[in-house]
This record gives sequence, C-alpha cells and structure tokens, in this order.
Amino acid sequence: MLARTADNLYWLARYVERADHVARIIEATSRLAALPRAYGGASNEWESALVSTGGLKRFTEDDARVPDESSVLSFLVFEIENPSSIHNCVEAARRNARAVRTALTVETWEAINSAWLEMTKFERARTAGKRLDRDELNRFLALVKKMALDVDGSAYRTMLRNDAFYFMRLGHFVERADNTARLLDVKYQLLLPEAEQVGGSLDYFQWTAILRAVSANTAYHWVYRQAVKPWLVADLLILKPDMPRSLIACYENIVRWLDLLARQYGRQGASQRHARAMLAKLQGADLKAIFQSGLHEFVEGFTDDNDRMGSVLAEQYLVH
Amino acid sequence: MVGTGVAEAAFFDEMGRGTPRAVYARLAQWLAETPAELLESRMAQAELLFRRIGITFAVYGDKDAAERLIPFDIIPRLFSRSEWTKLEKGLFQRVKALNMFLTDVYGSQEILKAGVVPADLVLRNPGYRPEMAGCRAPHDVWVHIAGIDVIRVDDSDFYVLEDNARTPSGVSYMLENREAMIRLFPDLMAEHRVAPVDDYPDRLLSSLRSVAPPSTKGEPTVVVLTPGQYNSAYYEHSFLADKLGVELVEGGDLFVRDNVVYMRTTTGPQRVDVIYRRIDDEFLDPLVFKPDSVLGVAGLLSAYQAGNVTLANAVGTGVSDDKAIYTYMPEIIRFYMSEEPILKNVPTWRCREPDALAHVLDRLPELVVKEVNGSGGYGMLVGPHASKNAISEFRAKLKANPTNFIAQPTLSLSTCPTAVASGVAPRHVDLRPFVLSGANGMSLTPGGLTRVAMKEGSLVVNSSQGGGTKDTWVIDDA
Repeated sequence: MLARTADNLYWLARYVERADHVARIIEATSRLAALPRAYGGASNEWESALVSTGGLKRFTEDDARVPDESSVLSFLVFEIENPSSIHNCVEAARRNARAVRTALTVETWEAINSAWLEMTKFERARTAGKRLDRDELNRFLALVKKMALDVDGSAYRTMLRNDAFYFMRLGHFVERADNTARLLDVKYQLLLPEAEQVGGSLDYFQWTAILRAVSANTAYHWVYRQAVKPWLVADLLILKPDMPRSLIACYENIVRWLDLLARQYGRQGASQRHARAMLAKLQGADLKAIFQSGLHEFVEGFTDDNDRMGSVLAEQYLVH
Repeated sequence: MVGTGVAEAAFFDEMGRGTPRAVYARLAQWLAETPAELLESRMAQAELLFRRIGITFAVYGDKDAAERLIPFDIIPRLFSRSEWTKLEKGLFQRVKALNMFLTDVYGSQEILKAGVVPADLVLRNPGYRPEMAGCRAPHDVWVHIAGIDVIRVDDSDFYVLEDNARTPSGVSYMLENREAMIRLFPDLMAEHRVAPVDDYPDRLLSSLRSVAPPSTKGEPTVVVLTPGQYNSAYYEHSFLADKLGVELVEGGDLFVRDNVVYMRTTTGPQRVDVIYRRIDDEFLDPLVFKPDSVLGVAGLLSAYQAGNVTLANAVGTGVSDDKAIYTYMPEIIRFYMSEEPILKNVPTWRCREPDALAHVLDRLPELVVKEVNGSGGYGMLVGPHASKNAISEFRAKLKANPTNFIAQPTLSLSTCPTAVASGVAPRHVDLRPFVLSGANGMSLTPGGLTRVAMKEGSLVVNSSQGGGTKDTWVIDDA
C-alpha cells in the first residue's frame, strides 16, 4: 500500500475520533454549566472544555476573548483557526478520505461525505445569520457523533481485513487514548481520593460529567455496582480493559492491530515494540501506586508516550 | 449546415418526429405511457444518488461551485447495433491513423516529406515534444485511450468534432450513468437488452498490461497518476484506480532511481511498470518540462526513454489532436491506410490560410471559431449566440493571431428527448466513445459518454459550460 494512503487512512480515523471527542466534551460541559453554582456549576467549565480539547493556548492568544459559553462554543465548533474545531476535523477527515477513495468502501465514504454535506448546510444557515440555538446545536452534535459511529461501523462491517483497515483502527485508538488522557488530566484534581464522600458532594456532578463524556455513566454502575467515587472513575478510565475508552483498552487494540499489520507485512518493528511496552506498563500498574506518584504525572507521562507511539508509527509506515 | 434562427424541426432528432425511428420505438412508447410525476421522482432520486456517491466535477473559475454535479438526464440515448458497428469501424480506422501519424512524426516524418501536412504545423505545434523525436513508443502505441467526439446530423453519417488523444476524461460517467440507470429503470433496461459497459475497466487493464516494457518481471505493476484531489477530474481518477484495482498515485508517491520508477509503499519501494497518467505532458517531469511543477516525478522522462516504464498515453500525443491537425485527418487516414475515412470531418476553415481567414472574418456571426489548442469550450466564439461586442472583440483577437484559430459552421447537432422542467423536450447531444489500443489490439466498449446541452437551443455540450450527460445504449436491431 502507498505510504501516503496509509497516512490518509490513519489521519482520517484520528480526525473522526477527535470530532466525536469534541462533540462529547461540549455536551458534558453544557450540562455542567447549566447546574446551580452550589452543585459545581463552576464558572470555569467552558475553560476546562478548552483544556480537554487541547485548545486553551490558541484560544487565549486573542486577549480580548473571554472563555464564556458562546465564544468557546464557536471556537470548538466552527473556528477555522482552531485546528481541532469540529469544522476542521470533519473537513480534514473528508479531505483524507477523498484522497483515498479507492481504499475505502462506498459505505465508509458515504458516512463521511454525508456528514460533511450536512455540516455545510449548518454552516450555510449560520452564515445566513440564522442563530444556532440550543436545539440546533444539539442536532449538530448528534450528527457528529453519528458520523463517528457510522464511519466506525461501516468500516467494521464492510472493509477488507487488510492494512487499510488496520491503519484506520490504529488512528482511532491512538487518538482515543490521547482524548481520554486529556480528559483525565483536566479533571485530575477532582479524582484524587480524598475523604469518601458519596453522592451530593460538590464534585459529584463533575465526576458524572466525565463519565458522560465517554459514554460510561451506565457502564460505571455495571462494573462497580456502587455510587460514583472519584478513584473508581480513574480506575475505569485507565485500567479497565472492558471499558472501550480506557487507556488500557486503547493499547490492547493498538497492539492487536499492529500485530496484524506485522503479520501481513511479515515483519515486526519499532511500533510493535513500543506498543507492547506501553501495554505492559498499564497491565502492571495499580491504582494506588498511580495516585501515590501523582495522577497528573502519570497522565502526563502517558500522553508523551502516546505521542511517541504516533511518531514511531509514522516513521515505520507512513513516511518513506 | 445550419445557422441561427432555424427552427428546431430543422435538426435531426434521433427519436424522430411523428413516427419514431425503429431503434427508438420502444422508448417512445414508454415515454408516452410514463406519467410526468414518475420521471420527476426518478430525477430527484438520481440527483441524490450522484451527490451521495460524490461524483462531482470542479469548474475552474467558479469558486462557489468547487464541487458541482454534472446534470444527469434520465432518458437514455440509443444506437442500434448496426449503427454502432459502423461507428466502431470508423473509430478504429481513425485511432489507428492517429497512432501511425505519431510513430511517423516522431520517427522518419514521411508525411511531412510528402508534403501532406505542413511541417511547421507539426514541428512548431505546442503539442509537439521535441524530446520525443527519435523515440518509439512501446509496441508503436501512443494513444492508448482515445476519446473521439462524434456528432450526428442525419441518420446515415457520423462526423468527428474533435479527437482527444491526450488524457480524455468522462469514462467514469459512462460507467456511473449506467449503474444509475440500472437502479432507476430496471424494467426498461431489461426490455431493451442493452449491451453492457461494465467490462470497460477489465478491457482497460488488460490493454495497459499488454504495453508493459519487455523488461517487466512477472505481473506488470500498473498505477494511475493523478494531479491530486483538487483536479477537476479527480473523482474519475480515483474511480478508475478503484475499478482497475491499482494504486492511485500522486507525483510525490513516485521516485526514479537508476532510470527505474518506484512507488513509496508501507513496505518500502515497489517498482512500477505502466503509468496511466492523467497529468498533462508539461507537468510530468520537472527536469524536462516545467521546472516548478510539483505534480510530476523528476527523472520520469528518462526512465521512459530508457524503456523501463510505459506511459499511457505516450508523451507528445497532443500534436495529433490539435485542432489544426484535425483539419488534415482525412488526408492523414488516406496517407497511412490507403482507405477513405469512414467518419467525416466537419468542414473547417484554417485561419492560417489567408483566403480562409477572409471568408471567416466575413461570416463571423454565423460561425463557431475555436482556439487551435483550446479545450473544454473555453475561449471559443459561437457566432449565432454571441453579442455584437463579443464578436468585434473576437474579430480583433482573430486578426492579431490567425494561426491560432479554426472556424466551423454552426453545427446542426442532432437532438434527443431529454427530461427538462417543462416535460420531455429535444436537446442537442454529442457522443464521446472511448477507444482502447494496446499490444493486444483495439477495443471499443458499446456505449460512451453522451453529452447534452441542457439549455434550449444551446449547442455547447461541455460540462464546464453547463452541459449534462446521458446514458448511451447500444441495442440489437429490431
């Protein structure tokens, strides 16, 4: 397969995943920001949405800009200057998809292309001066999440199991690991295991917001069968392999798809070794130790290692 | 030939007025019986289908319409098998002559020595590539894929409007239009027993493989070379690569080492034997042509000249489909094949000849004047449809550089029934069939791209000027 094709497939998946992440963060934030102050409806919710989507630095480059709901929303959804805005993610996903039409099935292409067409409709309405009210916004976010489901599902159901499919899977999971880690890092001070407070605490709704952002509110209760406790939220998102967005689940997948790739090409390499080392580290970790040495430090270290995963993979397969 | 102001009835209608022609009998009856609402709903379905698949066409100079659909007309255009057989014979004759002409002008130049075609017209032609002088294309095939634009003016003769011997596009519409028709009108298709076109990619692939360099080891590796996704025909490039089952590469994906072409893959360099290139000559190799072009591959031409890779179409074919050379095609066919041309040429005045120029300047409002090297309907004057100002502007352009232009009478392109807002009405059409040439012989898929001028009375069918397309059916004689 062309190295460029592999690169397009990998980034197409990453951008789809990122668009989904940003949409989820916006939904969770809207919910939190609507709570009374006493329930944790803190004033800086929109700012932390910027942090967990990696956009704070760029946002604050413009001094005059205040991180309130409307400015953050337009930054996260439509802003051209924000490389991770939903608009740019969908554009980039489609651009990558269009460059590799031959490597995609019609179904997968249509999943991306029809989301893109819908998005242009929204944007046309917006530039025509129609205000994007909450209903419209929710419809738009639902559309973005549906795109992610459709792309994922159609690829799963229709694509040949070969390198094209593996590179897409790798894109999804490397990006997802990054997203989950960012979310953990923004909220890490909330997840510290302090006094065991159950329900009704100020932070309670913050924790559930984190769970909601990764579609794990229900999963949490099935796994732990108890009220939401911060360290268990961290446990779920880092160490539970059966939670599809946990760091460990991401790395189980990365190792798996890299191994299949190595089998097809008949050669293991630096990517496979790096991924296995990452997985081994997560498998050997326990929550207590993570909290003792610092959750923030752990997550930061993970994010760096995950970035390295991306560059090792690129060096081995995507640029020649 | 017909000028302006002539009633539609003066044109040859392929379905026929009153009693339909035999080949159209069934379709005419179906059109009479089909309620307008059904056609409307099928039109809407077709639009949706094409939009979702993403078959778009970018129009240069139209920013808002960066990705526009070419209008698809749901009423098919029909040929009987016997009409088609005659057309095929004529096309094979013409494309064979094109290939012989190219072998000759880049070789011993017999036709120039014989004075049949003026030497300066060939050697100073912008499509002529001096770099290719003395080169032989593998198997003497230069034009592997030819798109010959054909029109009808009555039910006996075919006229060639234009030869496209460089990188003719549109074949994806032939295939996609057929897929759409199969979905939209399965019954109508079954009743007509339409000759299938879906083997075109297989024919193309075996034709491309047949011209692989003799040094190829094992199965030849074929690729499609595209300028990239911002090119107006990108959809077609990716579509073809997909149907052929070969890689769609951009210049940056290829490199040349020791006169051998490789593509960069996830498992390292892989040798490439045949390049179906959809990039113009000037952009192929920055070392030889435009040095600032990033679309091509440095060293490609020397790899080609060393015989290590085949380019389809060959470099320098532009000299054969030039509009000035076009006027000599009947003589070219006679010269190489000692046969009378089966397909006719549209009578053409060469403005380089003073008598012809004077005649053309006299009759500008009646004529169609084209730039010799133009394409896509850009830079042409359609006299009967042009304003006084446009004509006088064009007159100045023509006087300043007459060699750059040819003129033709306003053609009475045939009409076909077409679904329009007001119902079904005749609209002017042409046809681009695709002729393949390889070491394994020639091949023509029974079908092609019928282009239709959607505007009433318009004779310009180019998609860049708002033309649409139709499916083209070849059916057995009644």
